[in-house]
Amino acid sequence: MLSKRIIACLDVRDGKVVKGVNFEGLRDAGDPAALARRYNVEGIDEVVILDVTATIESRQARAHTIAAVAKEIFLPLTVGGGIRTEADAAAAIDAGADKVSLNSAALADPNLITTLAKRYGSQAVIVAIDAKRSRSRFEVYARSGQAATSRDAVEWAREATSRGAGEILLTSIDRDGTKAGFDCEMTAAVSDAVNIPVIASGGAGTFEHFAEVFGPGHADAALAASIFHFNEKSVSALKQHLAAVGIPVRL
Amino acid sequence: MIALVDYGAGNLTSVRKALSAIGADVWTPSVAGELGRAHGIIVPGVGHFDSTKALTDDWRTAIKTMVEDGVPLLGICVGLQWLFEGSEEAPGTPGLCVFEGTCFNLGTPSPKPPTSAKATVGRQVPSPLKVPHVGWNSIIAPRSTRLMSGVNDGSQVYFTHSYAAPVTEDAAAISEYGVPFSAAVERGNVSGVQFHPEKSGDVGLHILSNWTRWCGGSSGGARADAL
Repeated sequence: MLSKRIIACLDVRDGKVVKGVNFEGLRDAGDPAALARRYNVEGIDEVVILDVTATIESRQARAHTIAAVAKEIFLPLTVGGGIRTEADAAAAIDAGADKVSLNSAALADPNLITTLAKRYGSQAVIVAIDAKRSRSRFEVYARSGQAATSRDAVEWAREATSRGAGEILLTSIDRDGTKAGFDCEMTAAVSDAVNIPVIASGGAGTFEHFAEVFGPGHADAALAASIFHFNEKSVSALKQHLAAVGIPVRL
Repeated sequence: MIALVDYGAGNLTSVRKALSAIGADVWTPSVAGELGRAHGIIVPGVGHFDSTKALTDDWRTAIKTMVEDGVPLLGICVGLQWLFEGSEEAPGTPGLCVFEGTCFNLGTPSPKPPTSAKATVGRQVPSPLKVPHVGWNSIIAPRSTRLMSGVNDGSQVYFTHSYAAPVTEDAAAISEYGVPFSAAVERGNVSGVQFHPEKSGDVGLHILSNWTRWCGGSSGGARADAL
């Protein structure tokens, strides 16, 4: 049976892992390669390197950080943050990334999804959607949660899929860093609307939150950062818990 | 020396890195004529079956000749599918035809594979299935093979694919996503894996190490032996 994936996100700035609450007030959580090594031992299924400030500061994720992490793990590695062009994506993949995650650039030029899917295959192209509740809908934000787009997350996920995205990484801006639980309603709305895997992100605080997002949230994978970085919860203990409540995981 | 065939279908960095980690020497031949010095040949691949068209007649002939001379050949992902007769993904693009059967779409399976009672136990995948099949799935070995030696039934490996090879008597490992499919195949010195051993942690490195050892002791195998 296909397992539900647990993905660790390394939010990187200036070569260091950081993690903020609601995308602001970043605090230092250490060396990306050291964290990746620890997660690998604990049984993480995938790693995402996200250059949280890359788009704002107009620079691409650093190749040496990617290479340092890729050297530590023989697991799928995704790189996001500042992937604006085909050349940015190629640089990340050449450095050792298996997948690239597009966010603001895909909103600005949806053709980039198709271009990269044709060159590397859809499995290498993740479209990241940052969304916030706005009355009865989920509004998409660009530029690290700073710019409202007036687009609807469900509709954008459908379009991204039809343009060749292989997975959707859906982050709740409302929940990000709060440890209040994933936005299961939003995750289910997007997951039910597309025929590609959806990775839920934003709000992980307890083991039960993961069980909820895999159950009622219909998520195929769940991503978290701060819950793992500070040794608050270990990946292996989380997986044991999920297995005990009947959710298929890789142990 | 392991020849890692680059026919432009995606990125070889991860495969090269994993082979280096288990102590194998790898190079990417620029022309088919260079294959003659290979102790083993890997045909990798991600993406569309049609990309295997780049494996032109000179490559096909060189690979077949080496296989006939006893050199191990390993196909990974689309590389495994290419070892079959073809794929529904690109009708008219022939595979190498080492294995009988045509690869089918997991989203609209019209499975001709023989039903494996063992493989269908525990089927609880919700319908309709999302395609591509992405993530970690378990494998079982229907028989003993060199490639899968030492890999426990129920081990999980990382897949990302929309098309799959049928289960035949050549299956070395079977997985299931809606329907059973060949996760690995082996006949004589030709083998293939549908999953990505280079992305499957220690289990994947162990399988790659089994294969490189088969190629003639070019593997140190320090990491994989830790399994």
